[in-house]
Amino acid sequence: MIRVQNLVKTFGTFTAVNDVSFEVAEGEIFAFLGPNGAGKTTTIKMLTTLLKPTSGEIELDGLNPAVKQNEARRRFGIVFQDPSLDGDLTAEENMEIHGVLYHVPHKVRRQRTETLLKQFELWERRKDQVKKFSGGMKRRLEIARGFLHTPKILFLDEPTLGLDPQSRNQLWTHVKKVNEAEKVTVFLTTHYMDEAERVAHRVGVIDHGKLVAQGTPQAIKEQTGTTSLEEAFLKLTGSTIRDESAGSADQMRQFAKMWQGGRR
Amino acid sequence: MNAIYILWLRELKRYTRSRAQIVASLGQPMLYLLVLGFGLGPVFQRAGNGNYFQFVAPGVISMSVLFSSIFSGLGLLWDRQFGFLKETLVAPVPRIQIMIGRTLGGCTVAVIQGLLVTLISVIAGFRPSNYSAIPVALGFMLLIALTFAAVGVAIGSGLQDMQGFQLIMNFLVLPIYFLSGAMFPLADQKLPLRIATGIDPLSYGVDGLRSALLGISFYGRFTDFVVLAVLATLLMFFGAWRFSKIEI
Repeated sequence: MIRVQNLVKTFGTFTAVNDVSFEVAEGEIFAFLGPNGAGKTTTIKMLTTLLKPTSGEIELDGLNPAVKQNEARRRFGIVFQDPSLDGDLTAEENMEIHGVLYHVPHKVRRQRTETLLKQFELWERRKDQVKKFSGGMKRRLEIARGFLHTPKILFLDEPTLGLDPQSRNQLWTHVKKVNEAEKVTVFLTTHYMDEAERVAHRVGVIDHGKLVAQGTPQAIKEQTGTTSLEEAFLKLTGSTIRDESAGSADQMRQFAKMWQGGRR
Repeated sequence: MNAIYILWLRELKRYTRSRAQIVASLGQPMLYLLVLGFGLGPVFQRAGNGNYFQFVAPGVISMSVLFSSIFSGLGLLWDRQFGFLKETLVAPVPRIQIMIGRTLGGCTVAVIQGLLVTLISVIAGFRPSNYSAIPVALGFMLLIALTFAAVGVAIGSGLQDMQGFQLIMNFLVLPIYFLSGAMFPLADQKLPLRIATGIDPLSYGVDGLRSALLGISFYGRFTDFVVLAVLATLLMFFGAWRFSKIEI
């Protein structure tokens, strides 16, 4: 379903993704693991048509997302790592825009919106502007929105970041359900190794833009001679702490917060 | 088609929801209109040019449409920062539709803004010579809006952060306004200024608006219309092309 070959992405002199190749079969749950700044999000951006690769090939369901952008976009859904909601609109309106953009028929859209907002306990607040939501609520809405349509491939970029255990449980139950019932292929990234171990059929470990290991969680543990995925991960990527430099987007977001804080 | 509609609606909702912002965005035109309009009145009159308030009102209306439309395009920057842009860019909708939806939304808001300033002008004493030409005036407002919303999108597509914003304000938006003849008559100017005003698209918008509301025109209404319509079309294509190239 997803095929990536010798994928490279450079920004100036910095190589974010360096010669990465992997395949994800239809109906598989694939976890992409790596420390901060390893190249996970950049890879997802290339897979989802937001960035063009410097070199290498990508196929989504047999389509090259750099060329057949629209056809490729029809095949996937994505939950982003950082916020992507419109704060001036209500929860319901954010769902509505998503439904329209993804061609979900009106009736189905209403029904699913209700089910999902109830499931993620946002139904009571559906008429409130999203900017009044807490961080956790925004995150839940973001996930509920990602489930509004049923894609062939679902990308989840650190979906559990900032979620409480209840919502996390809801999320993984839902992911497993659509994966089993509708054969949705799932490509996810996470920092929680226990989650990856629990839901993923196969994992890939990326560090400094290079794929350092891939296989079933079991195989990776055996390969590294460790007893848990967490240990295996540390063994593969070392224990030094990485820091992503704050991108212009992050800086800007801080600036905007300051600015709005003064105004509102 | 639905995608265009829903994104158009979004712009309108965002506009009507920020009441404080509506009031704030009317502040500047009111300063120009009331302070400059009445302040320079006696000088203008003594120079034999008639009523300055009447003269400047269409210019201030154009200004509010210019600011509102160009900022709607630059609003891409905010959407990029708050992440909503990504949500629209990965959707299975051709980017041209996304761009058209937002741009039309921005244009509608700009025209509403122009109408509000027109209303304020009329309350303050502005009298169009010909009320039946209001639809023509509306048409020119729309053309100004389309032209500069496209400029905004074209620039906004390449902007990564706030730093560029001041630059655009000082070296693009304000010169476009000041060189448009919104505040002074274009007739009898020296050559350098005549050239500068001639290449400023807004000059034709202001002139067209003046011809509709006051019946006076420097370039001629037909020229105004053709220049703006051609420019708006070309800039729309340019904006759409730039928008389609966005990477995040």
